[in-house]
Parts: sequence; C-alpha cells; structure tokens
Amino acid sequence: MKHRIKQTLKFLPGVALALTLCANTWAQSDVTGAGASFPAPLYTKWAADYNKATGNRINYQSVGSSAGLKQIEVKTVDFGASDAPLTDALLQEKGLIQFPTVVGGIVPIVNIKGVAPGQLKLNGSVLGDIFLGKITHWNDAAIAAINPGLALPNTAIAVVRRADGSGTSFGFTNYLSKVNPEWKTKVGEGTAVNWPTGLGGKGNEGVAAFVGRLNGAVGYVEYAYAKRNKLAHAQLLNRAGKFVQPSEASFKAAAAGAEWEKSFYQILTDQPGDTAWPITSATFILMHKKQDKPEKAVATLDFFAWAYQSGDTEARKLDYIPMPQSVKDTVTRAWKSIVDASGKPIRNP
Amino acid sequence: MDSALPSSLTPHAAGGARRLLSNALADRLFALLARGAAILTLTLLTGIIISLIMGAWPAIHEFGLGFLTHNAWDPVQEDFGGRVMIYGTLATSIIALAIAVPVSFGIALFLTELSPPWLKRPLGTAIELLAAVPSIVYGMWGLMVFGPVLARYVQEPLQSLLKGVPFLEALVTGPPVGIGILSAGIILSIMIIPFIASVMRDVFEVTPPLLKESAYGLGATTWEVIWNVVLPYTKTGVVGGIMLGLGRALGETMAVTFVIGNMNQLNSASLFEAANSITSALANEFAEAAPGLHQASLIYLGLVLFLITFTVLIFSRLLLMRLQKNEGKRV
Repeated sequence: MKHRIKQTLKFLPGVALALTLCANTWAQSDVTGAGASFPAPLYTKWAADYNKATGNRINYQSVGSSAGLKQIEVKTVDFGASDAPLTDALLQEKGLIQFPTVVGGIVPIVNIKGVAPGQLKLNGSVLGDIFLGKITHWNDAAIAAINPGLALPNTAIAVVRRADGSGTSFGFTNYLSKVNPEWKTKVGEGTAVNWPTGLGGKGNEGVAAFVGRLNGAVGYVEYAYAKRNKLAHAQLLNRAGKFVQPSEASFKAAAAGAEWEKSFYQILTDQPGDTAWPITSATFILMHKKQDKPEKAVATLDFFAWAYQSGDTEARKLDYIPMPQSVKDTVTRAWKSIVDASGKPIRNP
Repeated sequence: MDSALPSSLTPHAAGGARRLLSNALADRLFALLARGAAILTLTLLTGIIISLIMGAWPAIHEFGLGFLTHNAWDPVQEDFGGRVMIYGTLATSIIALAIAVPVSFGIALFLTELSPPWLKRPLGTAIELLAAVPSIVYGMWGLMVFGPVLARYVQEPLQSLLKGVPFLEALVTGPPVGIGILSAGIILSIMIIPFIASVMRDVFEVTPPLLKESAYGLGATTWEVIWNVVLPYTKTGVVGGIMLGLGRALGETMAVTFVIGNMNQLNSASLFEAANSITSALANEFAEAAPGLHQASLIYLGLVLFLITFTVLIFSRLLLMRLQKNEGKRV
C-alpha cells in the first residue's frame, strides 16, 4: 500500500506539469466572454459554428449583464455582454467600447378565453395602467375602446412579470416609462423595479408558464418564447399611431430607425416608423478600448466579424434579428478605436 | 490497516520498533490534521461573517436596523427593506414545520412500533427516496400540479366559506392562483418530512427494548410508552432532526422561488398572498443587481438569514438544556 503511494507520488510532478502545459495552451487559444443571458443561446451557437469553420474557440458564460460588466471591468474576460447599453459617459469613464450584435423583440402575451393570438390590441397607456394595477378586469372601458368588435370577458387580470433582474424587464419598463407618465414617476425603468402588482416568474420560461396556466393573465416575454410556446401575443400601438404585429420586419424597422452613426447608446423602444414594433431591444458587446492583450482582442473581433458576415441564418433560426448591413458597417468602422498599448488600432477591417 | 497490529505480533523486533515510532508520528500527524480541519471550519465561518458584513456595509450604513422592518424594495429609487423577505422566510418555514413535525412523528412511530415487519423496509426506503428528489422537481410540481389544485379545492371553497368572517377572511383573500406563502410552506413541508422522519425513526430504533418492555410490563399503553419512555430517551435526536428540517426549510431556494410568487410587497396578511423569501430574492436578483446599494441590500439579507439560522441553533441548544434540567423529575 505504502509502496503504491510512493510510486504514485513519483508520477505526480509529471502529471502536474502536463496539466499545467495543457491549461496554458488551452488558455492561449481561447477567447472568453461573459454576460447577458438573453443572447447566450445565439453566442454559444455562433461559437460552435465558428470553431467548426476556423478551429478557434470562443467561450461564453451566461452570467447576467451586470456580472458581465463587472468581469470585463476587472479584465477576467476578453469581452462582456450586456442587454442594456451603457451611456457614452459611463463608457468613457470605464475605458470601454460597446457595439450591438442582434436585436430582439419583447411582446406582451395574454391568456384570455376566446381571444386568439394577435387579436387583442393594446397601447402604452393601457398596458401601463394594467401593470400599475389600475385596470383590473379585461372588460374595462379603456381596453374595450381600442378593441371594438372583440368580446372581452369580465375576468380579473392577473399580472405576471419577471422575478429576476433581466434585460427583458429593462426594455419593457423603459417602454412603459416613455409612454405612460404615471409609470415613469411611480415605478421607473430598470432590470429590476418595484413592481406595484402581480406574480413574478423566473426567466422567460417562468413568465410563459404562469401566463399559460392562469386564466386572465398578462405578461411579457422575448418574442422567441412567445412564438415557440404558441402563446397569444397582443398587437401594440407604435409611435406613428399604427397597431403593429410583432415580426422580424417590425423589429428590423425599429432597429433601422435609430441613429447608430451618432452613438451605439440606442434604446430601441418607442421608435419612429410606420411599421416599427415599439418594444425592441438590441444586445451589446463590451470591450476595453486600450488592450494589454491585443492578440486576444483581435481574436474576439475576428469572431464578431465572422458572426456579422455568416451568422445571420443561425440568428434567424433562433428568432433573433440580425443588425441591418448599414449598422454592421458602422460597427466595423468603430472597431478602429480599439488600440494596443502604443495606440495603434489592433485590427484593420 | 496493518498499523493496528500490536508491535509484539510483527515478525521482526527491529521493524516493530520502527513501526512504533512511525505510529507515534502518524498519530501526531493525524491529530494535527484533525485539529486543522476544525480550525479551518471556524476560520471559514468567521470569514463568511466578515465578508457578509463587509459586502452589506453600504446597506447597513444607509438603512441600519430599520432595514429589518422596512416594507420597500425599489431598485430604481434605491430604497430597500427586508420585511417581506424575512416574513416570507419565517412564515413558510413555520408552516412547513407545523405540517412536517406531526407527520414525521407519525411516520417514525408507525415504522418503529406499529408497522408489520414486511412493510418496514419498503416504506422506509420510499421515504428516504423522497429526500433524494431534486428541489427543482418539487418546485415545478408545485407550480404546475399542486398550485392549481390548492387554488381550486382549498382557496376558493375557503374564500366562499369565510366570507364576512372577521380576521379569518383576511387570511384567505387574494387571486385564486395557488401561488403564495401557503403553497411554499406546504411544498417545503413535503421536502423536509423525509429528513425529520428518517432521523426520528433512527433514534426511536436505538431506544433499548429493555426500557420499552419494562414499561409494557407495567401495563403502559403504546402511546404511554412512546410519550413517556421513547420520546424522553431520544429527545436530543428528535430536536436535532427537527432542526435539520428547519435548516433546510430556511435555506431552500429553487422550490420556493417557483411557488412563492416573488412579490416584494406585502399587501395583506393572507396566506395565499404572493410574497418572497430571502433565498428566493437572492437567487433571482443577485446576478443582475447593480453594484452599490441594491447588491449590498441583497448581501444584508444574506447576513440576516445567517443570523436567523444562528438564532435557531442557539434556541435549540437552550431547549435541550432546559429539557435536561427537568430530567428525573416526577411527572
């Protein structure tokens, strides 16, 4: 027994050395990123395809936007990801640059007996009042006024919202703050807010489960969840005064209306345009402007350049909306401001 | 191990001496390791407390002890108070214990005293299997299956029954969705029953048959034997089992977050009202909490949970000491 232990001990340094070597080579070829959970399925899929195409490895950890920001700040990862954009002033202060990758739509979903998907029409003030707890029944006069011809039952409204902090909640509350003054003063916007009423579900799937189960429920989820779970979504009134259905075209219309050339700080809610869906949000990548490990940053940018070029099909399959080509070009140009220690741009487009 | 052999039995005297020496060394080493493990645990515990206090300091500084009773949770205005979460944690755990302790006692009693021998083993195994079910399964079951049943067959009848009755009516108000403090408490009770029941069964089994048979010989009923012989003999173990269950109920996260409703405001005293618990709030909000007061308040909540658990432990110690003091007295 002792003898065996001694023998094992003899091998140990060798094994340890081999392990360290492995870890080193692994770390060198790996780019790691962390952050938002909403785009995580897409980033993981892109990373797998990119690995197949080029042999390079990208690791993405879905830890939440706030944690992603923390990790990029202390440089434990090569890129961070956030669902809410950072203001230009904050980026300046932290020495970061951000750029959008894809767009997603947030849709209100309902469970009312006799109401088919896409039949119910809502506008910002009604939706806000429902989530404020001021409108409590589906046959309320305010709802009936914008839904002529739709028979709405005298069912109590059960409000469902996210229990966890999330970019989806940020998009939704940001929209309500823009279109419902009372919401703005009483609740405000954020990844987590002081919800005046309702039940909290964990994640998109939690909200979808509650709404699917409770008669009279209303909630909000990423479009992909509504589509996949066949939940009844509602139409929304946009800034141009038109009722629109959620679709790739209406999300794209919202993304195209923003002024990306000026700044990447664009919140895509309540955008102008006849066909624009009012609750749309882009998701963002964060990187340091000044790189002490330029080769990692180049590898990161190579990955996103590849994703812009050949990742659209996969994005659509997973119900994310690719950025319009004009926005992609603007982003690629902006990468010039990422420099190495001597101030030279690290990657030429 | 060969080291357990006395040295006189080893074939070579010289080798025996060497072995004796190395045995003494091994003993010292082992003692050192064991002490190290004990010290490590204590160091970790202190480290956890210190890092919790440090992390929570901005919130402690801002809100003070008023945090414990302040009824607000507004990340936008940065106004935080832990009343709902603390209330939710305590209320769900108390409901869970109120259901689980009598049921577990019954299970343990049945298994040790009343069950026919052929049923003992399968029933005991079944209960232990319950303990191995992952908590998220309980949570999903609670959300999908149990919640609707509770709403349809308990809450709605209770609401119509207690309509107009003062005080009691307030306990059952709220939308009939089967999500809230009562659901969470019941789910928790199902989760902790296996723990309490198996500890109780194990300690009941170690009661010396001599004591029980003497009592039966004196003409005691089964109930009197259990109440006056088995229970006093095993009280440390029984209290320990209950504390184990309570600890799990206080700390359970996943199952609770599914069925408690995650509402950070308390609108009424109703048992069917959605609320929140400390662990559920932490699990939901920590990842996306902005650094600063929001995060500090969440860590403050963690510190409060730590103190609650600590208080529970002290309380159980005191209870045991009191029980021991009364030992040997005439009833």
